[in-house]
Amino acid sequence: MSENRGDGRKTYLPEGMPAPAPSRDGVDRGFYEAARRHELAVQRCQQCGTFQFPAEWICHKCHAFDPQWHRVEPRGKIYSFERIWHPAHPALKSACPYLVVVVELENAGGVRMVGNLLGDPMQNVRFDALVEAVFEDHPAGHTLIQWRTV
Amino acid sequence: MMASAMDEYTIKDKAAIVGIGETAYYKRGGAPVSEFRLALEAILRACEDAGIKPTDLDGVASYSNDRNDSVRVATALGLPELRFSNMFWGGGGGGGSGAIGNAAAAIAAGFATHVVVYRALAQGQFGRFGQTPAVNTISGPIAYTWPYGMSTPAQWIALRTRRFMHDHHVTQDALAAIAMACYQHAQSNPRAIMYGRPLTRAMYDESRWIVEPFHLYDCCLENDGAAAVILTGRDRARDLRQRPAWVMAAAQGSDFRQGAGAENLPDYTTSNFKTLAPRLYAMAEIAPNDVDVAQVYENFTGAVMTSIVEHGFCEGDGVMEFCTLDNLTAPRGKLPLNTSGGNLAECYMHGLELIIEAVRQVRGTSTAQVPDAEISLVASGPMVAPVSDLILHR
Ligand SMILES: [Zn+2]
Repeated sequence: MSENRGDGRKTYLPEGMPAPAPSRDGVDRGFYEAARRHELAVQRCQQCGTFQFPAEWICHKCHAFDPQWHRVEPRGKIYSFERIWHPAHPALKSACPYLVVVVELENAGGVRMVGNLLGDPMQNVRFDALVEAVFEDHPAGHTLIQWRTV
Repeated sequence: MMASAMDEYTIKDKAAIVGIGETAYYKRGGAPVSEFRLALEAILRACEDAGIKPTDLDGVASYSNDRNDSVRVATALGLPELRFSNMFWGGGGGGGSGAIGNAAAAIAAGFATHVVVYRALAQGQFGRFGQTPAVNTISGPIAYTWPYGMSTPAQWIALRTRRFMHDHHVTQDALAAIAMACYQHAQSNPRAIMYGRPLTRAMYDESRWIVEPFHLYDCCLENDGAAAVILTGRDRARDLRQRPAWVMAAAQGSDFRQGAGAENLPDYTTSNFKTLAPRLYAMAEIAPNDVDVAQVYENFTGAVMTSIVEHGFCEGDGVMEFCTLDNLTAPRGKLPLNTSGGNLAECYMHGLELIIEAVRQVRGTSTAQVPDAEISLVASGPMVAPVSDLILHR
């Protein structure tokens, strides 16, 4: 996916940011396997149906162990957002400002995800605007979940 | 029976803060001596202020992963006996009042007689806050935020503040008023890092964005230094050098699933005091309008705003009316706030300096004294988990 900020970069943020990796204990493996397939997955308890993200070994509602991974629609609405001007990481020194959004997924029990809103960092962002996921593959081998307005 | 059961399960008036001590406060990385030495200096000053011998101490408590181990402190000071050694879970400022509450509880329970609570910071000697470590891969909940450039407290608190402002029709004016109140109070406090550097609204508006809606002046300082307070029980407190600041109530904890990562906390905009504040006021047997002066931990102004709401000083929809410079400044504001300048303008000692200021208000020795202040509240934490609360009275 080559959707960027209009400055020729293939990814929204420059290379050099920390890359996400599955936890050693395997609790979140299902999320990463789905992301590699360009799918979005969160936990959903097989016993009581509660959605859960980030992953945990137990359902916080009914205490059944090993909630299953459940594919969800890669769509949602902007629950909150921010424009970041101060780089907190060396790789971001040339990337400010940039936009971070909190997206509440559709039909997933209120689960939220954090990502960047693709396009002009100075664009006017609206609360509750509908967005869809963009799977941003990185040369290092990981996939980030980004968002664009629809 | 009810009354005696209540008496049994409270720390109200069972302990008091009887000594306060601070080192000089330095710019981040500017401390001329080691962090541990700063801790010792603050502790000795607090003992001197109280009029006790350092070897009278038999309890040690801290918070925020303080690096200065309790046993090293006890060993360095040659304490004859360490009876209480306690660390409050969690980083940041959430544990300041919690450490005081733990110390008071230890005294009430008979574990210890003189407990020191301390916090020392020398960031030059160790890492810096607010910077993302340069690592190649990360796992766990932070792996869902850091790769997107969302990694610091300023950034997550800005997201939650933005949503609160949207829900309750709050503008930048409320955040500016909080920042300006802190700076105004610092102008009468010679200890304050920002003493002699007043903040005007124009300066606020023109300062650079860190992350919208936070300008530079909405964000806490970073400093080196140390602070300490000493608590003792009802019987001893009255005979010491200073007027006791009685612990009227303390509370600590967290709301439902506030630790959910990647911004999945169910109550998204809470400062995390909704469950604590009612317990705090119940133990103190007072209402919010009985509070004379408040010290609210300012990591960022937005979280101060929501803390003011959750401690019952105004409604969410009433923020614009309540959070004004007039209302938040001593001596006559409705709720004089952070009267030493706080984390924004006095110094950033992870909020222990706010507790010391709450004591000064009760003693009548603040540089921005609220006339006849009797009830002095401290809120530690906001928008972290766990958080903690404290009420002192004269
Ligand atoms: Zn379940």
